[in-house]
Amino acid sequence: MIDKSAERISGPDGADLRVVSTSRTQAISGQTGASCRDVEIAALENGVVPSRYLRNQSTYDCSDQIRFLRSRVAIVGLGGLGGAVAEILARAGVGALTLVDGDRFEEHNLNRQLFCTQDNLGSTKASAAETRVAAINSAVETRVVPTFLSAENAFQVIAGHDVVVDCLDNIPSRFVAEDAARQAGIPLVSAAIGGLTGQVTVIYPQDGGLEWIYGPRDSARQAQGAEHLLGCPPQTVVLVAAMQCGEVLSILCHRTSQLLRNKLWIVDLSDHTVEVLALAG
Amino acid sequence: MEREKNTIDLRLFASLAVHMPPDANRFPISAGTTVAQIVDGMHIPRPQARLVFINGVRKELETSLKGGERVAIFPPLGGG
Repeated sequence: MIDKSAERISGPDGADLRVVSTSRTQAISGQTGASCRDVEIAALENGVVPSRYLRNQSTYDCSDQIRFLRSRVAIVGLGGLGGAVAEILARAGVGALTLVDGDRFEEHNLNRQLFCTQDNLGSTKASAAETRVAAINSAVETRVVPTFLSAENAFQVIAGHDVVVDCLDNIPSRFVAEDAARQAGIPLVSAAIGGLTGQVTVIYPQDGGLEWIYGPRDSARQAQGAEHLLGCPPQTVVLVAAMQCGEVLSILCHRTSQLLRNKLWIVDLSDHTVEVLALAG
Repeated sequence: MEREKNTIDLRLFASLAVHMPPDANRFPISAGTTVAQIVDGMHIPRPQARLVFINGVRKELETSLKGGERVAIFPPLGGG
């Protein structure tokens, strides 16, 4: 069925490429009862590229794209970072996204939170994320968890994913996410911003992790981040979220030699500084 | 030359940037000065000098300096 639906086009290197449109994968899904995700995977296994991923192909080939579609990623926190991360991972074709946030949109979110609009103030961030992801990519399956991550629910929420993305907005909650990711044996991609400065790191269960950044967890529990003074402007949030997604996608397609493990990527937009610093001193 | 050696290239990030001295890239120190002494001298509360990197590698606040190092100090960041 996919073979019949495929069209031939000329690929970036001039060679013939077979592609299939989203409307065709949706139609096949409707006729066969298979999910759009499974239809896209079957197409890719037969060398047919869903047209929506054409501009990703030179960076992520069919086998990478299949890995993305078969992956499960939990995004914890759906504010500035989390909204941008959900948008990017949905467009990349990560097949299953768990969207975790107990908060609702307020007017002071409009400056940076991509899913917050003048019309949806008051609605839950998790449901807005679900709506947006569904509008972007019907191959992405979402699970909505409209509650705040806590020590009580964290393991249950996080277990079973390939990667957890820490998009939280306070330091103590980040330790809760890290503990659960360690317990579940999965990597955590953590990011934070304050003003024009942002940071990203990747933490596998055996790594030093957040204590290397925020200090011993008992003192970190009371720590107030620089964002309380400097706020969270949109350009820092979206830039840092994009870097976070780069790390998530590298993990998912097994390009693990250059990850930000035991390193901190720092960006400062006030003077264009970008640095990678070693955490394992 | 001796005098050159006893300076550091100091960078204070985010909320600490307001404490940047005008001569930050040739900030004078005496050999043996610790990062903590520099932080205290600028009246930066120590919990705000959360992360210290010397020549790109994370170090403790109590690390002493010889001169010639690149020192970066960050407050904790938690926003999203």
